[in-house]
Amino acid sequence: MASTRHPTRPPASWLAAAAAAALAVLAAAVAIGPISLPFSDVAAVLVDRLPLVSVDHGVAPVTAAIITEVRLPRVILAGLVGSVLATAGTAFQATFRNPLADPYLLGAAGGAGLGVTVALTETGGSLGTANPGVTMAAFAGALLAVALAYALGSSADGRSGASLILAGVAVAALFAALQTLLLQRDDEAVRDVYAWLLGRLNVAGWDEVRLLAPSAAVAVGAMVGAARRLDLLALGDDEAESLGVNAARLRLGVIGAATLGTAAAVAVSGLIGFVGIIVPHAIRLRAGPSYRRLLPLAAILGVPFLCGADLLARTLLAPAEIPIGVVTAVVGAPFFLALLRANRVGRA
Amino acid sequence: MYATDLRVVAGDATLLGPVALTVGAGDWVNVIGPNGAGKTTLLRALGGLADFAGRVDHHGKPLEALSRRERARGVGFVAQSPTIPAGLTVEQYVLFGRAPYLRPLAAEGPYDFEVVARTLAELGLAGLSEREVQTLSGGERQRAALARALAQEPRLLLLDEPTSALDIGHQQEVLELVDRLRRDIGLTVISTMHDLTLAARYGDHIVMLASGQVVASGPPVQVLTGPHLAAHYGARVDVITHRGQLAVVPIREDGTPSSLSAPQPSPRTKEHRDARTQPR
Repeated sequence: MASTRHPTRPPASWLAAAAAAALAVLAAAVAIGPISLPFSDVAAVLVDRLPLVSVDHGVAPVTAAIITEVRLPRVILAGLVGSVLATAGTAFQATFRNPLADPYLLGAAGGAGLGVTVALTETGGSLGTANPGVTMAAFAGALLAVALAYALGSSADGRSGASLILAGVAVAALFAALQTLLLQRDDEAVRDVYAWLLGRLNVAGWDEVRLLAPSAAVAVGAMVGAARRLDLLALGDDEAESLGVNAARLRLGVIGAATLGTAAAVAVSGLIGFVGIIVPHAIRLRAGPSYRRLLPLAAILGVPFLCGADLLARTLLAPAEIPIGVVTAVVGAPFFLALLRANRVGRA
Repeated sequence: MYATDLRVVAGDATLLGPVALTVGAGDWVNVIGPNGAGKTTLLRALGGLADFAGRVDHHGKPLEALSRRERARGVGFVAQSPTIPAGLTVEQYVLFGRAPYLRPLAAEGPYDFEVVARTLAELGLAGLSEREVQTLSGGERQRAALARALAQEPRLLLLDEPTSALDIGHQQEVLELVDRLRRDIGLTVISTMHDLTLAARYGDHIVMLASGQVVASGPPVQVLTGPHLAAHYGARVDVITHRGQLAVVPIREDGTPSSLSAPQPSPRTKEHRDARTQPR
């Protein structure tokens, strides 16, 4: 008879534990910083911010402002970015049946990089929260690169996705070359561009959160909603089709959602690598290969992962900050290599 | 099932057709042909997995009039070497067969689990339901793939070379199983086959393809003839009857069915006689 536990859906207890972990890390990330704040103050100020609730917390206005205007937006932004990148990485691994796929596979990073470079060199702009033009240029560049890769790669062989990956590699190389060309002509922009590339949660404010949140919600929702069909796609296009899945449309939809989320995340946070590899594979070790388990868990656990990485980035060498892209890479690269070694067996 | 003027075209090349084919409910049809003849292409077109021109009817309804999910409830397909992700258990894998019955975002209900449990029991997999599919033997894995397709509760089962990766014992086991299911639940089976003797033994009707065309079609005795196999496979075979059943036996140029025959000097070529009489 059927087992009491559903074989492919995540048990409610797992989801609850993941959510609790996310909340705990979020709270710690708000409380810890150059000025350490007691959890009780943080909780009181946050509860007071809720609509229709008023708490006489007795926390100094400056301290309250640190919580609500400095730390909270940064922590929430890190959480959103982590969730989007972890989910998009998982979804790309499903779509391309490739365990090493990540959200930047189809050129989103190269596109965003070129967008930022164009914005900073051609328009004389500069980095900072006050420059939404740079953010929009990154967003547009990422979307453009993936659209180009899709248009070039899917016409040749729409079935396997292999030519799509190659087209993504080609587009990324082209955009990187153009970026190098632009930077060579304007070496003053080099520093700004690299600061952006290494991740820039440190300038995050509510504007960035407002920019990312809608795209993140749509993208993560669409990817998690496609989880069951992605499980079928893992069996191969023919078998997925024989089970009623339109493989080409599913692939287009998931790539579209992942790209929307990734482009928005890259635009507000810069390039943060390895999140889309580490989080899904760490979950996979415990939860198995079903995307109905992996995608919702990745969406939740991406939050504490990147919040935690950001916490390390701003506390390890305080008062200096390590770029968050460096933190995730230093943790991520060894993990990635271990994964490669473990993957020698039984993978095409 | 009924197909007429079926063609599959890739760019300027016609991969298949025109093909006409009628398969009765409960029949077993084997599709044979040399490598590259279009066997898998035909199978995929009949299941609606490849774009085709012409017309394919399933139980009186044109294939393109069915939604993907409707089609998936009627037709099960087992690929030649199914891709099975690492870590997936037999139960998880077979449960995927219920997908065509689920609305978007819905979860499997008690009936779905009942079908899976019944299918696993029928195929002798009940004790293996928690095992990872990748750790199973070839025969067990093929049964798991069959179970996944049968969980769709299809009326038509399409098998792409179901025995190509199996030894002869497991080949018989899997084909006997398919035959039993065909009788028990009235399944229609269309299978591509490499082994001609097995193709003759299982199934009522054989379709021989060559270069995308049907070159012979009918009961095994009419299709599996020396001249057909010579013309389309370039094969030198004897088709013999053994215990009332056809067997296709490769022959060497000297006419002996196999090297196990008693070594006799061949009168036909001097080279052969010399080779055989040379001391080892």
